Amino acid sequence: MILDFLFFLFAGGAVLGGALVITRKNPLSSVVFLVAVFFCLSGMFLMLNAHFVAAINIILYAGAIMVLFVFVIMLLNLGHTTWSDMRGAAAQLISGSTALAFAAVATRALFFEDAPPLAGRGSAELVAASVAEQGVIASVATPLFERYVVPFELTGLLLLVAIIGTIVLARRQAP
Amino acid sequence: MSAAVTYGDLALVVSAILFSIGCAGVLLRRNAIIVFMCVELMLNAVNLSLVAFSQQHGVDGQILVFFVMAVAAAEAAVGLAIIISVFRHYEVVDLDRFNLLRW
Repeated sequence: MILDFLFFLFAGGAVLGGALVITRKNPLSSVVFLVAVFFCLSGMFLMLNAHFVAAINIILYAGAIMVLFVFVIMLLNLGHTTWSDMRGAAAQLISGSTALAFAAVATRALFFEDAPPLAGRGSAELVAASVAEQGVIASVATPLFERYVVPFELTGLLLLVAIIGTIVLARRQAP
Repeated sequence: MSAAVTYGDLALVVSAILFSIGCAGVLLRRNAIIVFMCVELMLNAVNLSLVAFSQQHGVDGQILVFFVMAVAAAEAAVGLAIIISVFRHYEVVDLDRFNLLRW
């Protein structure tokens, strides 16, 4: 089925891109592959009925945060790095086994029949039904501005603090 | 695993793999900017699992993703400002050189 093919394409692209992000020597190549990962993840969000999340993932992550990374890499002139910053064999062994152990524990439902199922067994069409009833934006916006309005306002405060903190930190100190 | 494998289950597997990759990257690299990118990768893996769970448990998971993204944006701005301000002192972004507080 074409949808299954697309889903596996996005999933494979995300995993492959993630592997390339942590193995490239040049930070700019890492940024490009990370943007590719974000686009693949947005595709998966679309297929999981999270259209709003898919849109802001591209706008915010791929559009704003990654541009900030590229800007800092160019500002610090790190775009043509030749030194390899990979740690030694011992650290590679430790980090590889840590990652493998985490992945094995998190996906153990694939290998053991008696492990708890991955996603639980709720009604799989819950969000799909709410999207069909209220539309894509309203199904997210209604609870956001009713139940979650206090955290929403606190997010604005957090961003204000981040703006002021960034200006204070990155400002050139007076001689 | 039962026969009815949904996209949500597959997305959770992909999320676990991506989180492991990001974790390995944080442990493996010395370049502060790449470590930072790996943290963003881990945040996005968590976002994927939140969206996968919201399939079955209501739209609240997607709202949590919204908050995670706002915090990630704030964290990226402050973190990169810290990297710039450390770079002014050391002229490198090598994490092993930032050992002033190391015991």
